[in-house]
Amino acid sequence: MKQKRTNSLSNIKVIQEEIVEEFEMFDDWMQRYEYMIELGKSLPLIDEQYKTEENIIKGCQSKVWVHADMQDGKVVFTADSDAIITKGIIAILIRVFSNQEPQAILDANTDFIDEIGLKEHLSPTRANGLVSMIKQLKMYALAYQTKVN
Amino acid sequence: MELSNLDIEKIRADFPILSRKVNGHPLVYFDNAATSQTPKAVIDAIVEYYEGYNANIHRGVHSLSQEATDAYEEARETIRAHFNAQKKEEIIFTSGTTHGINLVANGFASELKTGDEVIVSALEHHSNIVPWQMLCEKTGAQLKVIPMTESGELDIEAFEDLLNKNTKLVFVNHVSNALGTVNPIQKIITDAHQKGAAVLIDGAQAAPHIKADVQALDVDFYVVSGHKMCGPTGVGVLYGKEEWLNKLPPYQGGGEMIDQVTFEKTTYAGLPHKFEAGTPNICGGIAFGKAIDYLNEIGFETIAAYEHELLTYATAQLLEIEGVKIYGTSKEKTAVISFNIEGIHPYDIGTIIDKLGIAVRTGHHCAQPIMDYYKIPGTVRASFSFYNTKEEIDAFVQAVKRAKIMLS
Repeated sequence: MKQKRTNSLSNIKVIQEEIVEEFEMFDDWMQRYEYMIELGKSLPLIDEQYKTEENIIKGCQSKVWVHADMQDGKVVFTADSDAIITKGIIAILIRVFSNQEPQAILDANTDFIDEIGLKEHLSPTRANGLVSMIKQLKMYALAYQTKVN
Repeated sequence: MELSNLDIEKIRADFPILSRKVNGHPLVYFDNAATSQTPKAVIDAIVEYYEGYNANIHRGVHSLSQEATDAYEEARETIRAHFNAQKKEEIIFTSGTTHGINLVANGFASELKTGDEVIVSALEHHSNIVPWQMLCEKTGAQLKVIPMTESGELDIEAFEDLLNKNTKLVFVNHVSNALGTVNPIQKIITDAHQKGAAVLIDGAQAAPHIKADVQALDVDFYVVSGHKMCGPTGVGVLYGKEEWLNKLPPYQGGGEMIDQVTFEKTTYAGLPHKFEAGTPNICGGIAFGKAIDYLNEIGFETIAAYEHELLTYATAQLLEIEGVKIYGTSKEKTAVISFNIEGIHPYDIGTIIDKLGIAVRTGHHCAQPIMDYYKIPGTVRASFSFYNTKEEIDAFVQAVKRAKIMLS
């Protein structure tokens, strides 16, 4: 358990590198978006009972619901969105952050977003609210971390 | 397509921004209902102001101040003539439509009491709902809503039923921003007046396409924004009948709007200055005047005819795509198409076609009640202007088809 704990942050980095490598295979934006849409299909879907108003992330033009749970010291995220590009974006974030320890989630940076060519979505005014999504995932991590402490 | 009396090549050359590329593709700008593009004549007016005679107005004795004052007041006269207001004093410069609406709503706070009624329409922009809700909360007046129909028109019979002797104010937009519906404002104004109610028309969406004659309409207030009429952002106009403007209290206190100030009592300046506290957007006002000159040189009839052709063409092309549903199918509408493709979120379509250089608006268009009516999260809204072309519509339709394939 102790061993795993220290590995969580490097796990996140490994997954981020994997994603960057996957996106490097594509030459143009269209293939990247198509892949993102594909990734959206693998999103661990939020249980219908959690698709509530409170679980909607504010600041997105489309609806994004996120639910978090603590399992064996790790935060497990599930989510859904009514827009498929947004679903792809949240799927990428969840692939990185789900099943990780709260402190690692809090410590992780999100530079990989830039590297996979989604930097344009990082603008805080951008309608899809990628920034809001990251913030929300980290908020959950912070809440669980506070509980652990 | 036979394009009416409009030299499109010459007009496009007037708009420097139209030659730029976005994401590697020629820009196709179909978000005109949010902000129109700016012709060189208006950009030049802005540059000339700052390079040649930038100074504060109305107070300075020096030449620059006089030149700036003259140009600003000349713009007011241009705008007065354009809307056919009786007097220049009835033209109040504002920062935009929202400011104009708030100015009137604030003024009416002292006019309303519990039991009074205020009518708005279901087709309003949030900026024409929220100030009235706030006004009603403050005064105890009741807010009533004219319902809309499936085609995106106002239910005028229902409006007649809502009108009664307690109705003090009616607020309706001339054209719906989300759907493009042209509302029967003449009838609304006449009927409201018969019950003794005042009428404010939000002309923000109409003004780029329809030349409103405020005297013929006999409207009490008419508000517009410069940035939707090829002018700069941050400037607009409130037209108000002189008797109303004299009656309403000032909105903001400050310089420019006073007559005499002592600590015991301040008397206010006459119209229009009573409502123009502080240093106004001088350059914006002047440039707005130039924008109106520019539009009038082309001619509103020519603009309307051309845009109608674009609307008809684009509607037919879009409807050929399977699954497309257009919201707002009124016979009387401006060149706005609000649509969705079955099973696809508007945000997804907007994102993909942006990658292809096409600028549209997606979302609820600040008109959530309309989206609630149709039970949709939003729409894709393409809004055309006289500088757009049939070729751009072709590129847009191609892009939508491509998006549909990717997103299905």
